[in-house]
Amino acid sequence: MAEKHIDQLSGIETTGHEWDGIRELNNPLPRWWLWTFYACILWSIGYAIAYPSIPLLTDATKGLLGYSSRAELTADLDGARVAQGGLLEKISTSSLQEIVADPQLSQFATAGGAAAFRVNCTPCHGTGATGGRGYPNLNDDDWLWGGDIDALYQTIAHGVRDPADGETRISEMPAFTDMLKPDEVRQVAAYVVSLTGTPRDPAMVEPGKQLFADNCVSCHGEKAEGNRDLGAPSLADAIWLKSQGEVEIARQIQSPKHGVMPAWQTRLGDVAVKQLAVYIHSLGGGE
Amino acid sequence: MNYVSETIGLAIGTFLVLLAAAYAHDGLFAAHMWVLFFVLLLSTVVLLRKASFAPQRFAVRPPAKSEYFDEVVKYGTIATVFWGVVGFLVGVVVALQLAFPDLNIEPWFNFGRLRPLHTSAVVFAFGGNALIATSFYVVQRTCRARLFGGNLGWYVFWGYQLFIVMAATGYLLGITQGREYAEPEWYVDLFLTVVWVAYLAVFLGTILNRKEPHIYVANWFYLAFIVTIAMLHVVNNLAVPVSFLGVKSYSAFSGVQDALTQWWYGHNAVGFFLTAGFLGMMYYFVPKQVNRPVYSYRLSIIHFWALIFLYIWAGPHHLHYTALPDWAQTLGMVFSIMLWMPSWGGMINGLMTLSGAWDKIRTDPIVRMMIIAIAFYGMSTFEGPMMSIKAVNSLSHYTDWTIGHVHSGALGWVGMISFGAVYYMTPKLWNRERLYSLDLVNWHFWLATLGIVVYAAVMWVAGVQQGLMWREYDNQGFLVYSFAETVAAMFPYYLLRAVGGAMYLAGGLIMAFNVTMTILGYQRDERVRGGASPAALQPAE
Repeated sequence: MAEKHIDQLSGIETTGHEWDGIRELNNPLPRWWLWTFYACILWSIGYAIAYPSIPLLTDATKGLLGYSSRAELTADLDGARVAQGGLLEKISTSSLQEIVADPQLSQFATAGGAAAFRVNCTPCHGTGATGGRGYPNLNDDDWLWGGDIDALYQTIAHGVRDPADGETRISEMPAFTDMLKPDEVRQVAAYVVSLTGTPRDPAMVEPGKQLFADNCVSCHGEKAEGNRDLGAPSLADAIWLKSQGEVEIARQIQSPKHGVMPAWQTRLGDVAVKQLAVYIHSLGGGE
Repeated sequence: MNYVSETIGLAIGTFLVLLAAAYAHDGLFAAHMWVLFFVLLLSTVVLLRKASFAPQRFAVRPPAKSEYFDEVVKYGTIATVFWGVVGFLVGVVVALQLAFPDLNIEPWFNFGRLRPLHTSAVVFAFGGNALIATSFYVVQRTCRARLFGGNLGWYVFWGYQLFIVMAATGYLLGITQGREYAEPEWYVDLFLTVVWVAYLAVFLGTILNRKEPHIYVANWFYLAFIVTIAMLHVVNNLAVPVSFLGVKSYSAFSGVQDALTQWWYGHNAVGFFLTAGFLGMMYYFVPKQVNRPVYSYRLSIIHFWALIFLYIWAGPHHLHYTALPDWAQTLGMVFSIMLWMPSWGGMINGLMTLSGAWDKIRTDPIVRMMIIAIAFYGMSTFEGPMMSIKAVNSLSHYTDWTIGHVHSGALGWVGMISFGAVYYMTPKLWNRERLYSLDLVNWHFWLATLGIVVYAAVMWVAGVQQGLMWREYDNQGFLVYSFAETVAAMFPYYLLRAVGGAMYLAGGLIMAFNVTMTILGYQRDERVRGGASPAALQPAE
């Protein structure tokens, strides 16, 4: 032990060691610190006795409270299900029409559909279901594949062009690069734009109209009103999903882009899909 | 000729790296080896230019054994300041990327690649250099012995810089193991292992050569940090490379075992790198700067061993409510609770060392910096155990609260104590009478402190709001908010966070300027700060 040394300022003894001018006072451990440390240790021992804590050969101690996080989750889910008063089961056994007709069920399904929409659909369709370029707005009454509740259900359940789903909605607009000359493509595009009431050069529109009648009406219809059986959009309503303006429309004619929506039935189950259909149907454009 | 074997070794290494680039199994490995090749080539040229062909008797005299090896500490100090500024700058950039996603510049500068660049730059480049530099400074003085191993000290320093460059360029190229704080791939990990073993040898050798009968407490902490990081690094990075000439490797662990190994590492990177190492720093530079003895030797012993023993078990609290078995979660939590007081032992010892010299907080901005560091240390080591409690964690986990927590520790504790050490060492290392400017230290102090306060407060609010939004259910049991809405709600907080970070960066730039001017030998004409010597003061009782 080094010789005794007292710190002049505090009058407290140091350990007598010195390193590069640094000494250490020999103060005792602060009592509050020590007792808090003990209290933490005691609390920890108590907690470890109450909860699963000690690993054994094949299992671990269960703890006096018999807690398990799986059991807690199950209890939470069961509690939530009970609180919903069997409405989910009722949705499961009811047809879509019955759900919509029953005010309580319809309100519940709309709320549930909205929640499912927030989690699963907002990345593409937006938090307000307003969509975006390439992703349809679900608030209006312009539907590609139909806006009655059964059609909505079908679309949500099986998706659009989902290669993993046998019942998925599928159609493909041919690429007209090889079938129409570039001039002709521009004429068709001019005609399509003129349909929405935007005046265009008649010298372009007139031949475009003829080309449209020869090539496009089979899917998009005589008046370009679209065809829901084929998912062919209406071109006369000034609502544009993928292209806006003549240049983009011409590009879409030459090499069309096709949207894909996954099938949700296998992921979310039938009850959630029904709720989603009811919710989408309630947004304003439902038929 | 100086450094003969080093130069030859480096030249051979450069050639081997060229071969590795030529025979690379994949494009990324080739790119990374080309980076390494040019770095090594440059280093070889630099070493060759140092060659001296003078006869032996005119050669530079070898340093006396009693002389401290401070040249490497000088380089380390400069590296600390440099990497600090780089790390803070990247931090501000990633903060702005979160607020304005358009700032993601694909592919090299997107958030996914810049974020690990930021964490590694501040933790390993800034923090690591600060630890290496100060540990070399402290261990020599408290052992009264020259750094062991001669040029091995240089190898540790330059090897570590090379590791930083390889890690950073790897991230930007997209080379990653995807392990938090351990992103570098297997070949960089292997290299770091060699450097780290050299570091251990230098440090331990110096301690063994000491002329003091006892080992000073700062060295216990530094040693614990070096030894434990070696163990953590090796175990967590156990992996099988797909090819010895390719970047990809697969972890030796899988599933939940892999996750637990990762967070055993991740938590103790915080525990032993950012806590134990910097406590070592505190135990030397605080008593030196305030010129008072350490408050309690007994406390230092008890809290050291308690901290070392308890910290290593607390990792599972990063995996609450996951596939990790309940028993492991319980242990992770209770060990974190027990860790509270051992952590606070360091805070008490640091703060109470000011007994009899409290006025220095008013008169000495460097002391002020150290004290705010210890205050933030106390705050985040209370917050940590609290967040490990499962009920709290169920709200805080995955939210920005965690980010706020880690930054109050990193900016507040790690940053401030390192700044204090840099300001202490710089005039002594370069033999200057004083720093260029204490007023600038004061500016740095206030910018950094206010920056942290803004940052941490904003992230707390953001985190709590985020956690509450995620778990908000309506009365029918349905989720109220979409994830996108919770992201949109974070915008004002993310903006303010960037402001706080920018203030911290501004402080760092001021430090860089101040340190540069000090090294160049300038002194700013400033009023003398008040402050009598402690001996002239009344006892604190």
